[in-house]
Amino acid sequence: MATQATPTVSPVPGTNAIGLTRADYKGAPSTLCQGCGHNSISSQIIAATFELGLLPEQIVKFSGIGCSSKSPTYFLGRSFGFNGLHGRMPSLAEGALFADTSLKGIGVSGDGDTASIGLGQFKHLVRRNLPIVYIVENNGVYGLTKGQFSATAERGLELKKQGTNPYVPIDICMEALASNASFVARSFAGDPRQVKELIKAAFSHNGVAVLDIISPCVTFNNQEQTIHSYTFGKAHEEPLHEISYVPAREEITIEDFEEGTVREVTLHDGSEIILKKLDKYYDPTDRGEALHMLEQAERNGWLITGLIYINPNQPTLFDYYDLPDTPLNRLGEDRLRPPRETIEMVNSWMF
Amino acid sequence: MTHSTAVKSTAHKSNSHPVVNDFCITVGTVNGSGSQTANLTLLRALFRMGIPVSGKNIFPSNIQGLPTWYTIRVSKDGYLARVEREDIVVAMNPVSFGHDLASVTPGGAFYYADDMKFPITRNDIVPYAMPVKQLAREADVPPSLRDYIANMVYVGVLAQMLGIDLERILEALNFHFKGKEKPIRSNFDVVKAAAEWASANLEKRDPYRVERMNATEGYIMTDGNTAAALGAIYGGVQFAAWYPITPASSLAETLNEYLPQLRKDPVTGKQTYAVVQAEDELAAVGMAVGAGWAGLRAMTSTSGPGLSLMTEYAGLAYFAEVPVVIWDVQRVGPSTGLPTRTAQGDLTMAYYMSHGDTQHVLLLPGSVSECFEFGWRAFDLAERLQTLVIVLSDLDLGMNQWMTEKFTYPDRPMDRGKVLWEKDLEQLKGEWHRYLDVDGDGITYRTVPGNRHPRAGWFARGTGHNEYATYSESPQDWENNMLRLKKKFETARQLVPKPVIAEGKGAKIGLIAYGSTDPAVNEARDLLSAGGVETDYLRLRALPLNTEVNEFIQAHERTYVVELNRDGQLCQILRAELPAEADRLHSLAHIDGLPLTARWIVQKLLAQEEK
Repeated sequence: MATQATPTVSPVPGTNAIGLTRADYKGAPSTLCQGCGHNSISSQIIAATFELGLLPEQIVKFSGIGCSSKSPTYFLGRSFGFNGLHGRMPSLAEGALFADTSLKGIGVSGDGDTASIGLGQFKHLVRRNLPIVYIVENNGVYGLTKGQFSATAERGLELKKQGTNPYVPIDICMEALASNASFVARSFAGDPRQVKELIKAAFSHNGVAVLDIISPCVTFNNQEQTIHSYTFGKAHEEPLHEISYVPAREEITIEDFEEGTVREVTLHDGSEIILKKLDKYYDPTDRGEALHMLEQAERNGWLITGLIYINPNQPTLFDYYDLPDTPLNRLGEDRLRPPRETIEMVNSWMF
Repeated sequence: MTHSTAVKSTAHKSNSHPVVNDFCITVGTVNGSGSQTANLTLLRALFRMGIPVSGKNIFPSNIQGLPTWYTIRVSKDGYLARVEREDIVVAMNPVSFGHDLASVTPGGAFYYADDMKFPITRNDIVPYAMPVKQLAREADVPPSLRDYIANMVYVGVLAQMLGIDLERILEALNFHFKGKEKPIRSNFDVVKAAAEWASANLEKRDPYRVERMNATEGYIMTDGNTAAALGAIYGGVQFAAWYPITPASSLAETLNEYLPQLRKDPVTGKQTYAVVQAEDELAAVGMAVGAGWAGLRAMTSTSGPGLSLMTEYAGLAYFAEVPVVIWDVQRVGPSTGLPTRTAQGDLTMAYYMSHGDTQHVLLLPGSVSECFEFGWRAFDLAERLQTLVIVLSDLDLGMNQWMTEKFTYPDRPMDRGKVLWEKDLEQLKGEWHRYLDVDGDGITYRTVPGNRHPRAGWFARGTGHNEYATYSESPQDWENNMLRLKKKFETARQLVPKPVIAEGKGAKIGLIAYGSTDPAVNEARDLLSAGGVETDYLRLRALPLNTEVNEFIQAHERTYVVELNRDGQLCQILRAELPAEADRLHSLAHIDGLPLTARWIVQKLLAQEEK
């Protein structure tokens, strides 16, 4: 995934390292509701990819079905994208990214798409550690079908027309960790800075980066006391740390931080995640601690955000294949069809 | 085979005239007892003697314990279809002993393991007791392998009694054990000991014999799943995702076996392909669709239940126009059905697979060597037409060993279809639109991810879209797009493999069939012709229909459509698509899980002709 764009010297104002403007990273105008958390996340995807200086043509977008899955139309308009089937986006991405492993995949899904209909494919994608930024825009309800409970809705949640949710919720981060995810984060659409830094780090991570982003549905599930609402998030978000992403080409000025208050994680492409300690020290490389913390958060109804777990060195899906540097989809017949003289040999292998 | 007791044989009643190279052997064993090695050894040795031969494994859905049968047909005339005739029966399974004894054709031979102390209740057959346990005990193998090697006893006894060359048996064992000396020797020692025992102790009292022929020149022996995988490899398969299912699993496993040998990149020595075992068929087809969209030659292989799960993605591939190939090695359905038996019951489903208005290109291989050919041609069609192509094989073709024509190298370069790369877009000054039909054939141009031209990117979707690949709910856009897809399907008619037509002498009756029923149809035509009924035969090789099919039906007073399903699915499709000819079409459809026989076709056709 060493695909960081080469920095150019003194870029033109308003342009990034590869000379593109923010407009080059935008998509069509959003048709989601005013105030939808997903729009805020789309903005941070635009900001993060612009600031990272990624070539839009180098990014491939994937989504399933639902409000969240509509959003890839609203960012990175120059990129290739595929809006697939409900809950089946992981398989689509797994196949497509084999075509050119230098591409950077970003999948956008929702809590229905990932935690209900697509839980199986999600967990298998995680298990295979496909290099992809996998964002779940998590709001606890089905928006496009008008406000039914999703699998992440908390037990006891009351919604108009739906009554009370009798089931315990599925925790996407915990599911990801249980499947040996190599990068797990939770964030809140109302905390754009953290969302952006996490997206940047996710793009630099060589493996699956699961971002469970609480993204309030202003139309169907934005009651003050429910965990998926803006009010709750604003009041109760508990960041594990202050996260900053530093690209490989920039020098890190560690002196800015007080000693013992910062932890750095070096990613595969040489970039760094800087985690500044807040109330207490949290080690995101300890899977046991991560699970324990999630368990506590779930039990106490805490909205914990930040980088929950990372293992930058876990083998990815592509490590199991000995693929050539030339993308598979650029190989011609001369490299794909065995030569004519082999056919007699093949016949001789048969009886 | 289970109905054979009801069959009154008219042939081979006398012991006086030898019957050479024209009989059937059925072996009844316990599933999982290693009898497949013995049966394949017999089959291959006969093939190497130059005698046309076919083998059918009639096996249960079980790993170990249930009765299983294997039938070998030796046919000097080259008929490879199943026949309901048990000239020689080998009984190794006490559970099926009674059934096996009853199944022997009058005048036939009955070989049985002498440790089964059942009375021989028939006097119209020739029984031969074989000291299986004793000879297995004397074999130089550990006690744990004795039960397996015991099957070699009947191989040796039959070799002696029928005249099968031991040298050819050795060749077959050498192939089966991939040259490994120890198992070859221990198995062959048992064969030799059994042959010697038979020579010294058994008096030949039945008429069946083999003699060398020269009728297998230019043929190989293999199965359709192997052929399909090899064909795909020569078609440049780059991505395959699959999920285990009988009877398709061996197709993907064969990819894994031969890809490393045949598809090392000549430039870098690395692999030019990826195979992924998916978590289920939904994911298998999803991965293949993703890969096909991104410009890889992508496939998956499955059987009926898996195909059902792939239905939603089939619609997406059709509508978003993604090249992808699905191999459906059909088994008997609905539901789990008979997983180890053969059928042609997925035709209708595959043709229209998915909701809304969908229709797919189907390829219908009629032989193992055609499985190889369609293995590579399927990719050319899928990429040319930017659509899903489904290849319908079946268990009989896919898993049984067939003598088949040698594989031939693809006779044309790969057709990668209308793909635009950076230099193409530069020439076009970036002016192109994903779903704009500039050539008028319904097939539009595409780019694939990885293309770095700033105008290359586009957004694929299963939602309504216009010619520019942007989201649209406009009624006109929807209708235009669907009509263009229909136009593309018309283009497909011209591109799919044409039928193979065999003509009789002034025949008024036509036969249409496809797939694995071909050997039975060929044999039936000879039987009918011998009885004075001439037929012409069109073997359909693809859907949608080409004009040749319509012309064939019009040229005959009556056309019988032969197929292995209950409802006559192809006949229904023909009637629907050629309504003017509907009255000329008659269905001869049958499904009991077993490969079709010529006799069934003849009987049913004559019965309808008499009406």
